[in-house]
Amino acid sequence: MAKYYVNEIAKTDRITRLVANLYAKMPEIESARAKLITESYRETEGQPIVMRRALAFSHILKGLPIIIRDEELIVGSTTLAPRGCQTYPEFSYEWLEAEFDTVEHREADPFYISEETKADLRKVDPYWKGKTSSELATAYMSKEALTAIDHNIFTPGNYFYNGVGHICVHYDKVLEIGYKGIMEEAAKDLSECKLGDADYARRSCFLKAVIISCQAVIDYAHRYAALATEMAAKTSDSNRKDELAKIAANCSRVPENGANGFYEACQSFWFVQQLMQIESSGHSISPGRFDQYMFPYYKKDLDNGKITRDYAQELLDCIWVKLNDLNKCRDAASAKGFAGYSLFQNLIVGGQTTDGLDATNDLSFMCINASKHVFLPMPSLSIRVWNGSPHELLVRAADLTRTGIGLPAYYNDEIMIPSLMNRGLSLEEARDYCIIGCVEPQIGGKTDGWHDAAFFNMCRPLELVFSSGVDKGEQISVKTKRVEDMTSYDEFFDAYKQQMNYNISLLVNADNAIDVAHGTLCPLPFESCMVENCMENGLCVEQGGAKYNFTGPQGFGIANVANALYAIKVLVFDEKKFTMSELKNALIMNYGKGIDEAGATDIAIDVISEMKAQGRTVTEADVAPVIQSILKMELPEEEKKRYDDILNMILAQPKFGNDIPEVDEFAREAAYTYTKPLETYKNPRGGIFQAGLYPVSANVPLGAQTGATPDGRLAHMPVADGVSPMSGTDVNGPTAACNSVAKLDHGIASNGTLFNMKFHPSALSGEKGLDDFVALVRSFFDQKGMHMQFNVVSRETLLDAQKHPENYQHLVVRVAGYSALFTTLSRSLQDDIIRRTEQTSDQ
Amino acid sequence: MDFNAENSYLNTKGRIFDIQRYSIHDGHGIRTIVFLKGCVLRCRWCCNPESQEYAIQTMMVQGKPKTIGEDITVGEVMETVLKDRQYYRRSGGGGLTLSGGESLCQPEFARDLLHAAKSAGITTAMESMACARYEVIESVLPYLDQYLMDIKHMNPAKHKEFCGRSNELMLENARKVAASGMTELSIRVPVIPTFNDTPEEIKDIAQFADKLPGVKRIHLLPYHRLGQDKYDGLGRDYLMRGILPPTNEHMQMLKKLVTENTNLECIIGG
Repeated sequence: MAKYYVNEIAKTDRITRLVANLYAKMPEIESARAKLITESYRETEGQPIVMRRALAFSHILKGLPIIIRDEELIVGSTTLAPRGCQTYPEFSYEWLEAEFDTVEHREADPFYISEETKADLRKVDPYWKGKTSSELATAYMSKEALTAIDHNIFTPGNYFYNGVGHICVHYDKVLEIGYKGIMEEAAKDLSECKLGDADYARRSCFLKAVIISCQAVIDYAHRYAALATEMAAKTSDSNRKDELAKIAANCSRVPENGANGFYEACQSFWFVQQLMQIESSGHSISPGRFDQYMFPYYKKDLDNGKITRDYAQELLDCIWVKLNDLNKCRDAASAKGFAGYSLFQNLIVGGQTTDGLDATNDLSFMCINASKHVFLPMPSLSIRVWNGSPHELLVRAADLTRTGIGLPAYYNDEIMIPSLMNRGLSLEEARDYCIIGCVEPQIGGKTDGWHDAAFFNMCRPLELVFSSGVDKGEQISVKTKRVEDMTSYDEFFDAYKQQMNYNISLLVNADNAIDVAHGTLCPLPFESCMVENCMENGLCVEQGGAKYNFTGPQGFGIANVANALYAIKVLVFDEKKFTMSELKNALIMNYGKGIDEAGATDIAIDVISEMKAQGRTVTEADVAPVIQSILKMELPEEEKKRYDDILNMILAQPKFGNDIPEVDEFAREAAYTYTKPLETYKNPRGGIFQAGLYPVSANVPLGAQTGATPDGRLAHMPVADGVSPMSGTDVNGPTAACNSVAKLDHGIASNGTLFNMKFHPSALSGEKGLDDFVALVRSFFDQKGMHMQFNVVSRETLLDAQKHPENYQHLVVRVAGYSALFTTLSRSLQDDIIRRTEQTSDQ
Repeated sequence: MDFNAENSYLNTKGRIFDIQRYSIHDGHGIRTIVFLKGCVLRCRWCCNPESQEYAIQTMMVQGKPKTIGEDITVGEVMETVLKDRQYYRRSGGGGLTLSGGESLCQPEFARDLLHAAKSAGITTAMESMACARYEVIESVLPYLDQYLMDIKHMNPAKHKEFCGRSNELMLENARKVAASGMTELSIRVPVIPTFNDTPEEIKDIAQFADKLPGVKRIHLLPYHRLGQDKYDGLGRDYLMRGILPPTNEHMQMLKKLVTENTNLECIIGG
């Protein structure tokens, strides 16, 4: 008999309807939580903060309106409106008030907000003035770090304005002993606290907060039980009556008690997942190794004939739908960086057991099925690949990839495990890793990874080399040697490292300030009761209670920096095709390709500071005409031609991503300028910093804040994403790109790396297409690559690219080995390529 | 493999116009295709018109002139080919594929490339029309795992009209290669509207292929226009302008026809 059931189980109509109902209208912002937490905080002033948090959580769960949506089998909704969101004024609130009138119409992730909600929020928000974690973080931050943030060197916006999230808790423990069991543990610990213990005050208070929080969750589930009972009594549909009765029975048993069977386990899991997000506004709260901890419940029920595979699949599908019911409203700028209403709830299947055997089971396959059935962004489905991963699991994953949904992401155990052990995890723990958010590895239930701690744009320090640390007329960074005076490549590279090192120290300063603010104002006792060793330590996760503590800010733009360094070395210093001074001017003038308002403003500020330096009085009124004259300025033909030549020489240089060892070596060095200094820093929770190399989608908005770079990238264009080659410059095909990317030292970037590849569906067509795709993944992983995700270009994308070619200048399509920039093809060829997307599974 | 050794076949020079990695539509597993320059035929639909002339040419690509054709040794080609050894292994028997042009127009170079690949422990395949003296083909067979042979039409006159040459030599070579038993032979048919896309024409080819000993598979390759822009780039007229690719339904119909009339496995695409 086969080790696991691999056949695809059909989707039920219920799932189709649940999805349709979920997406019937624009998501909405609701005010219930903001009102409830403010009420509670007003009552508890002066009490220990961890107690105030628990009491507020309890008050929220008592008062939050509850709803069971049509046909749901798994219940628990944070908002009345589908995909709605609550607000979290204890972290920040001013940005939302400022966006009240625009949030509904903004481009990235719009939310509807009613006039009543606005009025509600206006009423409670003033209470929070001076009390938010973001204000405290600002107060803790150095002036230099704040300046660097103002100048877009990095953005720690994620935790600056929101909760941390980014955690995987011990779901298995809740499934096993329920919150009643956890409360008993806490009560026992409490009874053992001696009045004379040094940590009595802190620990006893924390344990009491845990008990209050767990009781709140139990009571909340009981509210659902009562609602289901009431609805069952009212409905005339006998099927639904039975379903509601079962829901009522589930909610009265779990998550209070250990789960008795698979359905209860599903419901219990869901309350954990949902309520952690009500406690804090963090995103990337990740279910982790769901196929592992759910399996015993599934297996037992299946063996006893209590469930069928079809029913188990439907329950999984229902959870998948619910994961998309949770939502979060971010400020307009952050929304662009995280575009797509994504909560990054990462759920991973496959991999190894703690004792090193293959961990694949029925549920690993059924999770992939669920993503195919529900076809929504959540969960961020991931798959662990190791040398012993069964081919059929990877083929099933590849089959999901070719649908174009962008899932799953593939992770390589063979580099992850040593990489995590290098950070202090035991072999067993490292084998049990899961992924948080986008690409960040950790051991679930034991780690506060502070993943995603900031976006660090590695191109900005490169710009600072050219200006000797001056930006917009201000000395914001190290005053390195004038580039015009540099005589060797080494001098240039040294200056880059100096600029990096200084700004990395500011990044650490900013992150640590925010870290302390969270520990001080927003500890989370509910989350912490499911993370080792918070109970022993008597500390919340946010205060350093977890077994493992890291801070993981992510750098991006490696490909740009690598290509820039290579071009400078070859063209300026080796071949002397142009001088540093010429290059500097070419960058300022955007290679003669036109200057937009932002660029003109930068130049105007320089002009004006020079005027000031000469002792002239300059007023605000003088600025606008200078900008206008710069915008209108026509470059002399000769100068324009020279810039053009410089640009062409740069573009003709080999680029990272083409399997050219000399260039790839520069990418390794570029990555090290970020990863190596970072790991020498410590955070306030007793852990270290570890680098990630990925951008989420921030490479576009942050690229828009970056001038022209010496790799030939024009001003304000996106920078390279993650460890991927710069879009459009990898011309030797996917194996060459993989080989180049694999040459980076992924192991040191233990907060995760991100490698994005684009494919036309025909590259995955038929069984052979899937097999070859799996071989590609395995071969990249043989070379110790860490992560891969695939963007299979959909028919819709291509149609949109025909309509809006300006948005798709870098869209490469590869059809039967023929690669081309889609928008440069004639219309009829484009039509052919679009037609070919429909022939994928048949060939 | 030691490129510095005196293995004389590594020093053989030839002329190529492209090396394409991660090719998955031509032969087993993941392959690297080396495109040899020069062809005996002049098929009107050819999607690699820059392959036809042996001479080094200039083609306009996206508005910029690009030199097509490079003289290179077997050893140099192999350096690129072997960069993907991992992928060949993981995909279960991937390797080197020769294409063109007609690889057999450069017989020593083709033979030595295949020899070098076999010596390096990777599999070999060749896309070819078999349009050469049989002695030439015989010289490459010991190094060739898979022969992907094009048969475009059974009618000599029509073949000559559309491809510039008649087909007798090729059909004869197909029989000989099959009889030799030295390589895995499969037949590939570009399905070109107005030329060979009728049920009768495809059936004729399929029945010929079916009779070749050892041939198990036939590929129907639907016409595509992806090479069209290259004709403009070479300043040449594209004679197939206005011809649309066959529909998926038509391809399925032909596949069904082949399956019903022969014992061959029929695959749409490479």
